[in-house]
Amino acid sequence: MIRGRIDRLRRRAGTTALPYLLLLPALLLELAVHLVPMVLGAVMSLKRLTQFFIRDWTAAPWAGLANFRTAVDFDAPVGRALLHSFWVTCAFTVLAVGLSWLIGTTAAVLMQDSFRGRGLLRAVFLLPYALPVYAAVITWSFMFQRDTGLINHVLHDQLHLVDDKPFWLLGDNSFVALVTVSVWRSWPFAFLTLTAGLQNIPRDLYEAAALDGAGVWQQIRRITLPSLRPVNQVLVLVLFLWTFNDFNTPYLLFGRSAPAAADLISVHIYQSSFVTWNFGAGSAMSVLLLLFLLVVTAGYLLLTSRRKDATA
Amino acid sequence: MIDPPASFRWLRRVLLAALTVFTLVPVLVMLGSSLKPLQDVQGPFRWIPSTVTLRPYADIWRTVPLGRYLVNSLIVAGGSTICSVLVAIVAAYAVSRYRFRGRRFFTVTVLSTQMFPGILFLLPLFLLLVNVGNATGVALYGSRGGLILTYLTFSLPFSIWMLVGYFDSIPRDLDEAALVDGCGPVRALVRIIVPAAVPGIVAVAVYAFMTAWGEVLFASVLTNEETRTLAVGLQGYATLNDVYWNQVMAASLVVSVPVVAGFLLLQRYLVAGLTAGAVK
Amino acid sequence: MPIVRAAAAGVLATALVLTATACGGGSASGGGGDSSPGTLTYWASNQGTSLENDRQVLEPELRKFEQQTGIKVKLEVIPWSDLLNRILAAAGSGQGPDVLNIGNTWSASLQATGALRPFDAATLAKTGGKERFLPAALASAGAAGQDPAAVPLYSMAYGLYWNKKLFAEAGIDRAPATWEELVADGKKLTTGGRYGLAVEGGNISENVHHAFTLAKQHGADFFDPSGRPAFDSPGAVAAVKQYVDLLGTDRIAAAGNAEYANNQSVTDFATGKAAMLLWQAAGANLKSHGMAAEDYGVAPVPIPAGASGERATTSMVAGINLAVFRATKNTEGALKFVSFMTGTEEQTVLNKAYGTIPPVVEAQRDAAFATPELGTLAAVLGQSARPLPQVPAESQFETLVGTAVKNLLASAAAGKPVTEDGVRSELTRAQQQMPAN
Repeated sequence: MIRGRIDRLRRRAGTTALPYLLLLPALLLELAVHLVPMVLGAVMSLKRLTQFFIRDWTAAPWAGLANFRTAVDFDAPVGRALLHSFWVTCAFTVLAVGLSWLIGTTAAVLMQDSFRGRGLLRAVFLLPYALPVYAAVITWSFMFQRDTGLINHVLHDQLHLVDDKPFWLLGDNSFVALVTVSVWRSWPFAFLTLTAGLQNIPRDLYEAAALDGAGVWQQIRRITLPSLRPVNQVLVLVLFLWTFNDFNTPYLLFGRSAPAAADLISVHIYQSSFVTWNFGAGSAMSVLLLLFLLVVTAGYLLLTSRRKDATA
Repeated sequence: MIDPPASFRWLRRVLLAALTVFTLVPVLVMLGSSLKPLQDVQGPFRWIPSTVTLRPYADIWRTVPLGRYLVNSLIVAGGSTICSVLVAIVAAYAVSRYRFRGRRFFTVTVLSTQMFPGILFLLPLFLLLVNVGNATGVALYGSRGGLILTYLTFSLPFSIWMLVGYFDSIPRDLDEAALVDGCGPVRALVRIIVPAAVPGIVAVAVYAFMTAWGEVLFASVLTNEETRTLAVGLQGYATLNDVYWNQVMAASLVVSVPVVAGFLLLQRYLVAGLTAGAVK
Repeated sequence: MPIVRAAAAGVLATALVLTATACGGGSASGGGGDSSPGTLTYWASNQGTSLENDRQVLEPELRKFEQQTGIKVKLEVIPWSDLLNRILAAAGSGQGPDVLNIGNTWSASLQATGALRPFDAATLAKTGGKERFLPAALASAGAAGQDPAAVPLYSMAYGLYWNKKLFAEAGIDRAPATWEELVADGKKLTTGGRYGLAVEGGNISENVHHAFTLAKQHGADFFDPSGRPAFDSPGAVAAVKQYVDLLGTDRIAAAGNAEYANNQSVTDFATGKAAMLLWQAAGANLKSHGMAAEDYGVAPVPIPAGASGERATTSMVAGINLAVFRATKNTEGALKFVSFMTGTEEQTVLNKAYGTIPPVVEAQRDAAFATPELGTLAAVLGQSARPLPQVPAESQFETLVGTAVKNLLASAAAGKPVTEDGVRSELTRAQQQMPAN
């Protein structure tokens, strides 16, 4: 009797506009702040929007796909530079996400069991996530200064590991600096999410495994890691998107002219639009970037959910 | 895990110690540098200050209007957090409790906004805010409102997604019973779901707050001197003549303390809140 | 019933959106585009030791202006990190200040956007006529053959700052006048952890300014007369190589200088770590680092032996210009403000406060500008300074060539040999990134 009423209620609710109304604020906001400007941006990418037309961008002449052709003409300097920046960003993202994930997992697994000082340590590990980006990055850049920074002081003056003080914010080393800062900033998020994920694993599983004679490594391999798979699916994707699109870290570390080895695509596009006042070209590059991210994300989701279905 | 052997415990000590060093060194550098006179931070690095001084902590308020930036940041981050959480709760409730046409489309669309490169819609968004502002007379550009609106959409997708997971883990019987008792869906949400989802909501709120707290690019374009936020304002210590490293560090610490403190207080909720959201 | 409930929910939802929009709406303060006739918004770039310092310098003057005209000026001091973004956004939307000051090298680039109100002859006449301004400074306010997009406000020029004590210790009694002498002196001065010269290698603007001056001395320009980029002409290549070699082959500047972008070179000079510095109006900054004016001398930047005319260029025309935003609703007030700021009295007060040279010739007579430092720089400005290329693509040029020089300095600092071919290919690459139009 009651069952039937609920079904009726639910069915009726389902046919009303209620869920749509509830979604309306979120939809409107995303529409206003993301989707509409995105579409405008896409339109701009079809225009020759240089400084001569900034004042009234609608008056800029249509460029058709010219901006796109320039961006993907990898034999010409502009396209080559974009491609280079793309590869740098890919390498950076793989390394930064991989390391953040690895460190986050390690820390989460190691701190799964209670021990003295665990609460304090967890608080310490959350510090990088809680510090404002600017404060964190500027501190790192201070540490990476060649003549006055901590890194070279330790490497050169104290440990005598290097003969000559290396540059960290110029040349090829800048890539290392960038990855370090990025990992430092993002691993706590992985740690936090995975710590949460670990709480869901029932203790009985471990007890049963221990009774079967499984050692600690086998427990980790057989129980912990497989249970984290659903968390990882989303965590890795989110970390990937954030890292790939990260603007704050490279911009605050290198300013508006990043060294070639650390020329991330977000700053590269910023330079191609804001600094050189060519918004059409910048928009075209952004649209390409968006397409790439769409394909990767879709592929990733397809792949990971199929695997989940297969194992389920 | 059950009965970790001694070798595991040793490995744990070593790895966690290394990780602590990696995490804390920049924080210690910050603290150390903030107590040094300017010559110390401009010369070769030294662990111990030549003289310990609190001058930077006094000077930071004079070099830039730090107090105002702090207030702005609190308003903007706080405002966007509250709004984002409210909107996310309502949306997540719909997704979690109703089966309707376009449900999947909605989640995918909203989540996919996470991959939009900010640089692509910065300028269009700016133009949009200005034009809407001119048309309606509500000043959006340069106001804290415009920034709140922007940031709230940054954190919204991930917040909705986390809350859907959390709401799904709350037994349906609870709110269905309320529906049967004659409660409206809205009251069921407010009376039953929200109280049961406090940890999830706290986790989402912290996430939304941090997103707004640190953002630099949009804030640099969308604010003016009166509404400038900390994330941008801290750059004011790098002037045409000098970078006051010691003051940068002091100011960073001062503005971080309340956030870190709040963060640590809520830490327990945070872990619990992510629990359900993360596994869905 | 459900429909009513649904409607209620909808209202709640919409109310949330409205809350979101209104949360901070009360504090809204739009730009000058919609300001009333009695007020003006003025964007000032950071000139003083801090944003607050700028405020302290400017606010009394703005009050003076209000007393004279009844127009209230709302001041916003903008840090350099934000300035370009803010100006571009303002240009794009028409929502900006009424009056703004800009680095003079951006004049032609901003002029091309059409966002600035041109100072035609009649307008200039209202501010006392163009004869009041130093010709070189006015020539840096927009493309040649067009009405200036701005008027000069503060002027500066590069000079060679040299440490008298260190020179005396090395047995040198005067500043070098040619590059050969500078390198020779520099080598004598480079001893025991101390260097002959400090360069700001990580700062792309500084790099471009030096590359420009040296290119002039080699008879080259970075743009041909029709305004097309010519970054890799033999003269330009020689100029950039000569600059990079100061750190690379000649080794009179420390390798670490390649990374300097926060005026560490000024600090190094002030603290005696380097004996020479090429800088514009460094006096105030040196003083703040505890270096007294009598401890250093200022001479024109060296030139090639026997050079004259264009080849004896020793500086770009550095400075800040004042512009009126075209979208202003208060043109008359804005122009009054420009007249006020470029009046002899204000020119004296403001340039004195910032340690710069008044571009208004009459104001230069004040005793405050007769110091050895400013006297030398004023002479440079009057005789041997040339404006940077006044072309729309100037800002792109600055970024691209400045970055190229930065990269070359970084290679030199890392001990890699920098050859003529290497310099040329770096400059060619920079030129290829220029938008074709």
